[in-house]
Amino acid sequence: MNQTHATGLSVLAALLLAGAGTAAFAQSGDTLAAVKERGEVLCGVHPARHGFAAPDSQGKWSGFEVDFCHAIAAAVFGDANKVRFVALSSQQRFPAIQSGEVDVLARNVTATLSRDTALGLNFAPPIFYTGTGFLVRAADGIEKVEDLDGAAICMAPGSTTERNVAQIFSARGLSYTPVVIENNKQLVDAYVTGRCDALTKDKAALPGVRAFDTEAPGDHVLLPGIYSKEPLAMAVRQGDDKWYDLVKWVTYATFNAEELGVTQANVDEMKASDDPDIQTLLGVIGDNGTKLGVANDWAYAVVKQVGNYEDIYMRHFGPDSPVALDRDQNQLWTDGGLLYGFPMH
Amino acid sequence: MSSVPSSPLAAPAAAAYDPDARLSALAWLRANLFSSVWQSLLTLAVAFVLIRFFWFVLDWGVVNAVFYTTDPDVCRAATGACWAVIAEKHRPMLFGLYPYDEHWRLVLMMAIYLGTVVLSLWPRCWNLRFLVPLWIVSSLSIGVLMFGGVLGLRYVPTSEWGGLPLTMLLFTGTVLIGMPVAVLLALGRRAPLPVARGVSVVFIEALRGVPLITILFVAVNVFPLFLPAGVEVNKLLRITVGIAIFFACYQAEVIRGGLQAIPRGQYEAAASLSLSYWQTTRRIILPQALRISLPAITNHIIAAMKNTSFVIIIGLFDILTATTAVMQDPLWRKFYIEAYLFVAAVYLFFGYALSLYARQVEKWIASGRI
Repeated sequence: MNQTHATGLSVLAALLLAGAGTAAFAQSGDTLAAVKERGEVLCGVHPARHGFAAPDSQGKWSGFEVDFCHAIAAAVFGDANKVRFVALSSQQRFPAIQSGEVDVLARNVTATLSRDTALGLNFAPPIFYTGTGFLVRAADGIEKVEDLDGAAICMAPGSTTERNVAQIFSARGLSYTPVVIENNKQLVDAYVTGRCDALTKDKAALPGVRAFDTEAPGDHVLLPGIYSKEPLAMAVRQGDDKWYDLVKWVTYATFNAEELGVTQANVDEMKASDDPDIQTLLGVIGDNGTKLGVANDWAYAVVKQVGNYEDIYMRHFGPDSPVALDRDQNQLWTDGGLLYGFPMH
Repeated sequence: MSSVPSSPLAAPAAAAYDPDARLSALAWLRANLFSSVWQSLLTLAVAFVLIRFFWFVLDWGVVNAVFYTTDPDVCRAATGACWAVIAEKHRPMLFGLYPYDEHWRLVLMMAIYLGTVVLSLWPRCWNLRFLVPLWIVSSLSIGVLMFGGVLGLRYVPTSEWGGLPLTMLLFTGTVLIGMPVAVLLALGRRAPLPVARGVSVVFIEALRGVPLITILFVAVNVFPLFLPAGVEVNKLLRITVGIAIFFACYQAEVIRGGLQAIPRGQYEAAASLSLSYWQTTRRIILPQALRISLPAITNHIIAAMKNTSFVIIIGLFDILTATTAVMQDPLWRKFYIEAYLFVAAVYLFFGYALSLYARQVEKWIASGRI
């Protein structure tokens, strides 16, 4: 009796282990091959963050991070539209990449050590550098964060911003009263109606608040300076170097294309260029595509169908977009920014 | 009433009362609203608040409102509501991520869906020989319209479904899957078999004790981990079944309340006719139990309709999520209250229609029609 019981249990355990084993294998397996077989890239994006990822008036996904998903699809398939977007809430984003529900996260993820290690992720080079910002009323005469001593500050709960503010203030020996509001619109309204002296959010979000949510944008100023580091990067599962390489080099390709002056508009003429760097980038010479496991003109497809970094940035944050953002750190290293594409030979 | 004329005393009293009441509204006011100083103050205070409120609604919602424009700056300049935002954004709000050029398919789908539901709720159509073909035909045509991929229609994966049709499908799936499960669970909990009783009790108590959000997370994130590699159950289906089971656990307890109200004599009478358990249940017990618990069942079905909006946390674009996402557009997001009022009106329309129908059913039951 006991014998059969034990046998039954061990069979069950073996089955479970085998199940877990194959599941783990599926997760760390060859993502690129799986993507090619499926015929589309599954890209995890923010459900609603204008500029980064949100459905437009026609219900089509649009945004800066959405375009990077398109870029990966262009590199793999030569067709930027072979991508399926999966909207992920903040709580859901990491389980989704771990379980294989998405192939890549382009969802406002700040690259940090613990996410890289404990969460089992690999981060591609950051595509957007941002940090904690403060919006204050011009009439209050606040010029730097030290002037906010004792102020009431509106912030969202559980965000990295909340922790950043605590660190920024305690490092300077300042005090503040947090006004913590979950709902984004209520949060902004709380600041606009004067419940707090300052609104703190991701720096990239504040110009939009100032332009569209306040009565008179001129009455509000953004505090200059950088108070925390938030490098937003695309993330993939740890343990699949081939797929990681591809996502990484798609990112570098957008940087390098901008550096070499290859834009969406002139990429066809540039194909005839005799600059070996441009020729290598566009796959005229070399075998970068073979090394990455995609077509040799993968970067040409990226630039042609989606654009270089500047094209993508200007489309969503340029002067003609509703929320114009200065490029600051998000420009090439040659212009004083942090974008530095590794050589592509 | 027929006894009144027969009483010689009641007739003149009633006759004297009626003209008196009609005599003056002033007298009515004095008796009901201004009977004392305290009452008068209270009346004035309430009247003040009400007038202020309605004045605000009129002023904000009608007088100073912008009803149509495509330029958000026109709305910004106005002091009232910006109803134009609904005209501008209604399509992504109502249809979510579904391809823009294919929205006509959703309109057609909703027409078929509403037609089918209305017909199914009409007692004259309560005939399996009519309802079964009706549901087969409309389910098939809804499936073809939503998925496409045949008859020259473009294929649309469930990940792109959204808006009101998604809300409707989630709700219908919840009720269609949930109600039979609820009945079985309720019967199981009172079943003579200890195994059935035990399973039902554990099932109901375990799932009732967990928030719906947890069930959704399990359905979306945990469940796929237990499947063998390569096997994928559609996310929309997983979620619908998750919500349906949660719904069933609550509904089972409602139905159990109805079962408990059936007098023992009914069971004994059925037994004396030597009816089997299933015959007794189907012909004697359930019809009575469901009638008794109808108001509570309706209540719970309306709640289930609104519960579908929980899918916001797992990234499905039902009508509420779609609205939240669409209203991120910085040019229009200042007018999110108007957009949410529109969504509230949609929910109210369906919720109120459901409760009106339930009231009608109660009337039919009272008059013995069903």
